[in-house]
Amino acid sequence: MKILIVDDFSTMRRIVKNLLRDLGFTNTHEADDGLTALPMLETGNFDFLVTDWNMPGMTGFDLLKTCRADPRFKDLPILMVTAEAKREQIVAAAQAGVNGYIVKPFTAAVLKEKIEKIFERIEQQ
Amino acid sequence: MALNSPGEQQTSEFEKLLKQSTSELIEKVESGDLSDAVNLIQRINDERNRNLYLEVGRLTRALHDAITNFHIDMGVANPATEEMSKMANATDRLNYVIKLTQDAANQTMDKVDESAPVADRLRDQAGALRKDWARLVRREMKPEEFRDLYRRIDDFLKETEEQSNSLSGNFNDIILAQGYQDLTGQVLIKVITLVQEIEENLVNLVCMASQVDKITGIKHDNSDRPEEEAHAPEGPIINAEERVDVVSGQDEVDDLLSSLGF
Repeated sequence: MKILIVDDFSTMRRIVKNLLRDLGFTNTHEADDGLTALPMLETGNFDFLVTDWNMPGMTGFDLLKTCRADPRFKDLPILMVTAEAKREQIVAAAQAGVNGYIVKPFTAAVLKEKIEKIFERIEQQ
Repeated sequence: MALNSPGEQQTSEFEKLLKQSTSELIEKVESGDLSDAVNLIQRINDERNRNLYLEVGRLTRALHDAITNFHIDMGVANPATEEMSKMANATDRLNYVIKLTQDAANQTMDKVDESAPVADRLRDQAGALRKDWARLVRREMKPEEFRDLYRRIDDFLKETEEQSNSLSGNFNDIILAQGYQDLTGQVLIKVITLVQEIEENLVNLVCMASQVDKITGIKHDNSDRPEEEAHAPEGPIINAEERVDVVSGQDEVDDLLSSLGF
């Protein structure tokens, strides 16, 4: 399982990386916004994307929409981990095709639960 | 605050003058005293300009003072931290807050990353020893195995002692890394004070501007105001409980998503 973590704050990337490692996901890579994430996605053969929303360059929301518009990434599981908490944003992310939405600050248990739920759904399909 | 601003007082004085002068002006015009009437209009105009200049000057000075005071304050109040006194503006200070918090987060995570394997190793060794110890208790151990266990227990105790020291050293470092809270708190309070001063002066300036509009009769076209981008990121919500358009936690996110069929 190869995972790309996208967040403009290195400490948050590190926190997510450590939590994922505790969950048994050791093959993680990092990008600091959508613009740096896209070329990595294109060549990296990633299985899972964890992204923040609010980032300079390209936001996680735009990254989500870009992925869904690209036949190569339209089914890539995308988990949004963000401080954005407006209802209309969550609805917009859901409509854009996000697979999970976590608001910061979050706990290890929440991350685990959401990731498991995403994989359960994928297996059901 | 805005109601008691000097700008308001001066304007109402100006309004009083304007009202008083109106009847005088009509009288002069009706009695055919045109040059006096023109002089009167000139006087009203001068008074209006004087009011505007006075108020704009006062506000400019206040703004300038607020910014200048901010610069001086920090250097004097905090001579101990030379790094801080060098910082002359709010942006630098806020960047400094980001840097301190980031450094502290990284130091803390470094120490945790360093400590976790130590704790794991002690747990694994203790687990293995406990198993063998149970065999000894059940008298299932051969003498040569016992000699090995004897040596391993000795090693384990020695290592536990050493590693506990390194763990408590790391815990202390983690505590020390939280020292950023004091420093960033001080810096942020300074920035908050500056923002408050500027906010007050800006409110006066806006109040003043509206009076200028009133006197001069200027109407503004608001159509070119930029519209807010749809779903533009807002960052962490500080007053979630006062707002209805935001969720207050993960449970509400989950409820919202499940109502959408997630």
